[in-house]
Amino acid sequence: MSDEAHDAVGDYRFGFHDPENATIRFDKGLSEQVVRDISALKDEPEWMTELRVKAYNHFIERPMPDWGNCHSLNQINFDNVTYFLRSSDATKNDWDDVPEDIKNTFNRLGIPEAEQKWLGGVTAQYESEAVYHSIREDLEEQGVLFLDMDSGLKKFPEIVKQYFGTVVPHTDNKFSALNTAVWSGGSFIYVPKGVHVEMPVQAYFRINAKNMGQFERTLIIADEDSSIHYVEGCTAPTYSTDSLHSAVVELIAMKGAKIRYSTIQNWSANVFNLVTKRGVAHERATIEWVDGNIGSKLTMKYPSVLLKGEGAHAEVISVAYAGKGQHQDAGAKVHHLAPNTTSNILSKSISKNGGRSSYRGMLQVTPKSDGCRSKIVCDALMLDSESRSDTYPTMEVGNPTADLEHEASVSKVSGDQLFYLMSRGFTEEQAMGLIVNGFFEPFTRELPMEYAVELNKLLELEMEGSIG
Amino acid sequence: MDEILRIENLHVSVDETPIIKGLSLTIHQGEIHVIMGRNGAGKSTLASVLMGHPAYVITEGSIFYLGQPLEELTVFERARAGMFLSFQYPVVIPGVQVGTFLKKSVQSVRDEPIKGRAFRKELNEAMNTLDMDKSVLSRYVNDGFSGGEKKRLEILQMLMLNPKLALLDETDSGLDIDALRIVAKGINQVAPQAGCLIITHYQRLLDHVKPTYVHVMIDGQILMTGGPELALELEEKGYDWIDVVPEA
Repeated sequence: MSDEAHDAVGDYRFGFHDPENATIRFDKGLSEQVVRDISALKDEPEWMTELRVKAYNHFIERPMPDWGNCHSLNQINFDNVTYFLRSSDATKNDWDDVPEDIKNTFNRLGIPEAEQKWLGGVTAQYESEAVYHSIREDLEEQGVLFLDMDSGLKKFPEIVKQYFGTVVPHTDNKFSALNTAVWSGGSFIYVPKGVHVEMPVQAYFRINAKNMGQFERTLIIADEDSSIHYVEGCTAPTYSTDSLHSAVVELIAMKGAKIRYSTIQNWSANVFNLVTKRGVAHERATIEWVDGNIGSKLTMKYPSVLLKGEGAHAEVISVAYAGKGQHQDAGAKVHHLAPNTTSNILSKSISKNGGRSSYRGMLQVTPKSDGCRSKIVCDALMLDSESRSDTYPTMEVGNPTADLEHEASVSKVSGDQLFYLMSRGFTEEQAMGLIVNGFFEPFTRELPMEYAVELNKLLELEMEGSIG
Repeated sequence: MDEILRIENLHVSVDETPIIKGLSLTIHQGEIHVIMGRNGAGKSTLASVLMGHPAYVITEGSIFYLGQPLEELTVFERARAGMFLSFQYPVVIPGVQVGTFLKKSVQSVRDEPIKGRAFRKELNEAMNTLDMDKSVLSRYVNDGFSGGEKKRLEILQMLMLNPKLALLDETDSGLDIDALRIVAKGINQVAPQAGCLIITHYQRLLDHVKPTYVHVMIDGQILMTGGPELALELEEKGYDWIDVVPEA
């Protein structure tokens, strides 16, 4: 790692990079031709090509958001991004067929091992496309579809056409327009009626090349009374120049279905992470976002749920860790659109070494949503006085029967806590690590155990060498 | 017997206000020293300064622990060298489970990897001694604990860390008679291998723990030292009969 890069990002465990052996690499920069070329390369149906072009035009016209972190956003140089890079000729379903260097990367990240032990299916995306994909046979036999998005479009064009862009239209925001124009990879999942996928399925996203743009697109449809837990992890090498990750995720939970979507985002501190995640919950359905933001330079992401059917439930549990040079602008949006809908939002953030974390929340209660309930809790922990934490909650309440609670707290690590822990043999750094893990515990306990352990280790590492 | 702690003419200030004003005390292995005195006499300050609390400044005098100057050691180094403080007000660590906390603490103090099975056995024994329920292990450290539960957890930590010098700051305050007996049991288990310094307001703990010495602390100094009978006398007569030494 260059000194400059090291200064920028500190000690980032996944900062290694492997040689770039691209089979197809587009020139940097974006134009309608680039968009058409991506579509042509993937041999897509015409409606998709046209949607991409429409989205591209909207992206060009749409101004940059004037909120969040405009200063950082305006630093993004869209001409200096590689919009498509293919590293493997095809998506493999045996790790032995995956090109050696890419396989090594995922080995170092522990993916094949996790797959063997406890996952129902895995997709591994490297740059623009999935390089590996598998699903357990028993799930396949039950009719569960779990493919990378490109294959999903090829094999099930009708389903994709029916749902693609219905939850997050390309006109939603500038980055959903960008994603719709140049999307590549991501996951396509359909769970048939009444099927419960007991083991989580995982997607792993890795950016390896410099100045890369990764624009995966994920669509998950859980049919009536089915359930699924989808987990995603993200890392990238540490470079002194920036990369862009701009995903769109759409979830559809039909009557009585349940979707849990867990993310541990640990991009290196040179990645812009600008993601739109939204789900629709129909009658009695549940959508849960478990969203961990540890890495990236700037994250702007507000997982949201449209509670469309009576008795639907939304759960958004998120944590954000903002270290030196990082801004985590995260939060949640829940729209109560039907009677007796309920939601819980728990947001926890930690700022350290001048890092900034913001909670941005939106709670909407429409006149139709009689008897809805919502509870929002935001806790911020500051590890030093140079760091920053802000809260931007918005509530639009259009129904007087709504039962709403909002709690917010900002705290600092107390000297008494440190002294107590140090008197029990912990160094100051270890004591901080313990306090931080404890603060995130309400989040961590929602993760599969393997992730919880990994996340705790990660946070302990973040505390190392950090005490002045 | 081996000398564990030697305090010579100790002066300590907080925010430039002198609290301890010339205190000397030597503790050997196997000895139980009890310090009694009114609120504000500097008893808790003594415990905190021994453990290395950053708010307390030693302005004069010296402290030797196992023959080494104590000042050179940071708080966690003191813990790792075998010092233990049972806090008067144990601190809440939200989200950290007692079991995890104990294991990590024991691991850092012993500075060697501990085996899961052996550790669990040790922990079970200690918890049985203290009549503690296993369910405490999955609760968060001191979070929602009653006063008695907190003190019992302090003693559990002491048993697990097996210190060479045990400092107990009003561990007996607010305990019912059963809890008091259990806390005493813990102290008696550790005492033979360690030096003990017990800060208390009440004689009643001493029905269960037999002190080697009882010291009376008044205005930052030890003004009187005696045996267990002194505690009974203090209980009866209070502190007024002990002369306050005029300012030097």
